[in-house]
Amino acid sequence: MKLIKAIIKPFKLEEVKDGLSEIGVEGMTVSEVKGFGRQKGHTEIYRGSEYTVDFLPKVKIEIAIADDLVTKVIDAIVSASQTGKIGDGKIFILPIEEAVRIRTGEKGEEAL
Amino acid sequence: MTNTLAIKTILGAPFWKFLLLFAALLFSYSSPAFAESPPPDAPASEPSAPAETYGSFKESEGYATFATDNLWILLAAFLVFIMHLGFATLESGLCQKKNTVNILFKNCFIISMGVISYYAIGFNTHYPGDDFNGFFKLGGPLTDAFTDKDSFANLTSEYADYTYWSDFLFQAMFAATAATIVSGAVAERVKLSAFLVHATVLVAIGYTVAGSWHWGGGFLTQLGDALDADGNVIAAAALEAGAEADSYSNAFYDFAGSTVVHAFGGFAALAFVMVLGPRKGKYTESGIKPIVGHSMPLAAIGVFLLFLGWFGFNGGSVLSADSELISRVCVTTALAACAGALASMLVSTFVIKKPDLSMALNGFLAGLVGITAGADAISPAMSIVTGAIAGAIVVFSIIAFDKAKIDDPVGAISVHGICGIWGTLAVAFFGGASLTGQIIGIVCVSLFAFVFSYALALILKSTIGVRVSEEEEERGLDISEHGQEAYSS
Repeated sequence: MKLIKAIIKPFKLEEVKDGLSEIGVEGMTVSEVKGFGRQKGHTEIYRGSEYTVDFLPKVKIEIAIADDLVTKVIDAIVSASQTGKIGDGKIFILPIEEAVRIRTGEKGEEAL
Repeated sequence: MTNTLAIKTILGAPFWKFLLLFAALLFSYSSPAFAESPPPDAPASEPSAPAETYGSFKESEGYATFATDNLWILLAAFLVFIMHLGFATLESGLCQKKNTVNILFKNCFIISMGVISYYAIGFNTHYPGDDFNGFFKLGGPLTDAFTDKDSFANLTSEYADYTYWSDFLFQAMFAATAATIVSGAVAERVKLSAFLVHATVLVAIGYTVAGSWHWGGGFLTQLGDALDADGNVIAAAALEAGAEADSYSNAFYDFAGSTVVHAFGGFAALAFVMVLGPRKGKYTESGIKPIVGHSMPLAAIGVFLLFLGWFGFNGGSVLSADSELISRVCVTTALAACAGALASMLVSTFVIKKPDLSMALNGFLAGLVGITAGADAISPAMSIVTGAIAGAIVVFSIIAFDKAKIDDPVGAISVHGICGIWGTLAVAFFGGASLTGQIIGIVCVSLFAFVFSYALALILKSTIGVRVSEEEEERGLDISEHGQEAYSS
């Protein structure tokens, strides 16, 4: 089992969700985050004084998936969220030691 | 956890000092009439009981007009009350989320303390009546006016075009606005107890004394030479023989309070801000770091409410429902507000390179403050000019105060203090008032407001302290002073 963490541009969320449904992934957790990489921030101005905003809003998607689906999921996320411009985001794959479905107590891949 | 912290703060030593100070102020005058005034329709010792005579007033010819005038004054009072809602939302919107409860609490206190203190001593200090030396007379509570059996006159056109009660309510709503101007400027770092004491003394005594110099018939109304009804100077000999002046050549003219309300509040705010210091982190070695407001929608709603309320603020200051006057005053008010907003939008776009919403919002207010002194004396065409100049001034003023490291989160000092001065001068340029009189009035009231507020702030600084600690400021006053959050998700 793997945990896929994808940080994407916020407006791409719906597209990524649809792309993942198409390959059979029905569950995910989404959070609103801030961050930056090579995409620099921008300057804002408030009542005459300038200030830089370095942290840009992003969306983080976390999906727990069986090992054999990892490549398909990554491809789906990349094709849905890619714009070709700096700031598209990153995907990280982490191993999951154990997973539990709270309602039934199922463990392992049955819990995903 | 946070509740314990709040309770410890409240029960900490400074709170008791504040409570004693506050109680001492409230009860520092002794007036036996406080509990003893008879209601106006109490049975009198003579046959013509007050109730009967008031009844016959209601049947008299002039009553319909009186009732209309009186109703308008009451409606105007309700409109000015709406300005308090406007101030509450504007200040919350332009400050950080973590201080919202504190700002709202201060606004709750200001209106409640304002009306009660105006009842207790404010109204009669503001309007001392006949036995007034022109400078200072501490008044007693409201019901002093009904201690004599003929006092029903205060409910009829013998008093004014409205009743004594309407007069009180309308003016009470104005009084609290002076403190609320200060609350925006000192937001996010002032200690609550210090602010409550400062606001009480400022409104109960400072505002009323300064106001008495003009609206209360004080010395500012008697500047220059005494003139008769035709505008001719009355000779000194005639004055000594008892001739009464109809007006004065250099009398100060402030229709609805650009100076006695707005500049008063603005300079009181400036003084308190100078004693208080800026918010932590605002002025750094690498320049000004803006502390951004958390809700532009709230701020915008606040300004529109203030605009609405100003129809009562200026319209009610006509002190009757005279159709020509109130309609024209509402027009000059609206034109100046809109011109102010347009000017601010234009100027801020050029100066700052981007159209700034908060500047546009301040522009409305600048125009409104600017027309307040002369809404009845300045023509509609010139009120556009007056408002536009105020709107331009306010942009530069806000930026200038920031450069001078005077931290004013909502721009109150610029909107009310600086534009208040402009509005008062505008009556001399466009409305026929005497420039000398205007300058004297501006200087007297602004200087008094500044010195009074500064002294008060210094006293508070050396007794209970005026500022929260750095940790409290960082955490937010909502948690530190109130143990509550404004938006608990």
